[in-house]
Amino acid sequence: MTEKKKNVAVEKRPQGGNLELAQDQPVFVPATDIYEREDAVLVACDMPGVDQSQVDVTLENDVLTITGVQAGGDPEGKECLHRGYRTGVWRRTFTLTADVDHGKIQARIANGVLKVLLPKAEQARPRRIEVEAGE
Amino acid sequence: MAWNEWTGWGGDPWTELRRLQRDMDRLFTGMVEGGDEFPAVNVWSDRDEIVVAAELPGLDPKTVDVSVHGEQLTIQGERAAEPDSGEVVCHRCERWTGRFARTLRLPYEVERDKVKAQYRLGVLTVTLPRAAESRPRQIRIETEG
Repeated sequence: MTEKKKNVAVEKRPQGGNLELAQDQPVFVPATDIYEREDAVLVACDMPGVDQSQVDVTLENDVLTITGVQAGGDPEGKECLHRGYRTGVWRRTFTLTADVDHGKIQARIANGVLKVLLPKAEQARPRRIEVEAGE
Repeated sequence: MAWNEWTGWGGDPWTELRRLQRDMDRLFTGMVEGGDEFPAVNVWSDRDEIVVAAELPGLDPKTVDVSVHGEQLTIQGERAAEPDSGEVVCHRCERWTGRFARTLRLPYEVERDKVKAQYRLGVLTVTLPRAAESRPRQIRIETEG
């Protein structure tokens, strides 16, 4: 992330488009890193305030959907003096390419960061082709 | 709300102006739109304690430093880059890394030894009990006869 952005709070981008949740909660797009290794693609999403039981990762027709409902709300009996961020639902969708092995996807959440490991299918991994000497 | 001194007096005039703008925004929209300093915090209080919460996912709690000096609370720390991010191709890098620090002015003095900080689900929550000497004292009105 650039220096400029660091001085400002990570903007919780509200989700646009036609997606509507049947809940009266704002929907935010989690900041995401996507790394590619030789054997897998790693997706890391910042989803603070989400308990393991409140996170949902689904795969449907090559579309990976990540949803996390934030715990929280205001402490009881206290007046809110300053609200720098709101809480709601984190949601983001990704379209997977065909070279991901759909059966081996793993997801793990720790300290508010969801990590999804998408192993590549065997035939999509880089392979070294032995060159044979002719004659 | 009688209290709104986040920066105190004698700060940078531009900071003051931006704060004023944020206050105006908050007045009209009920919240700050992407303009809060980093990390964004929510602050609640009642007569007995102040609760400050900040969304700081993926931190090692050992690298977070919470300190109270007078009526000021400072939260600072660092989030390192992903350990294996060097040797792989990064297609999308939106998550922040690096050091952060934020100082808040508290609405009243707190019991420094009883301040508690908890880091759970990527949210840092600091609970600051009010100092006994800063509590309002009830003055009894004496009447004659």
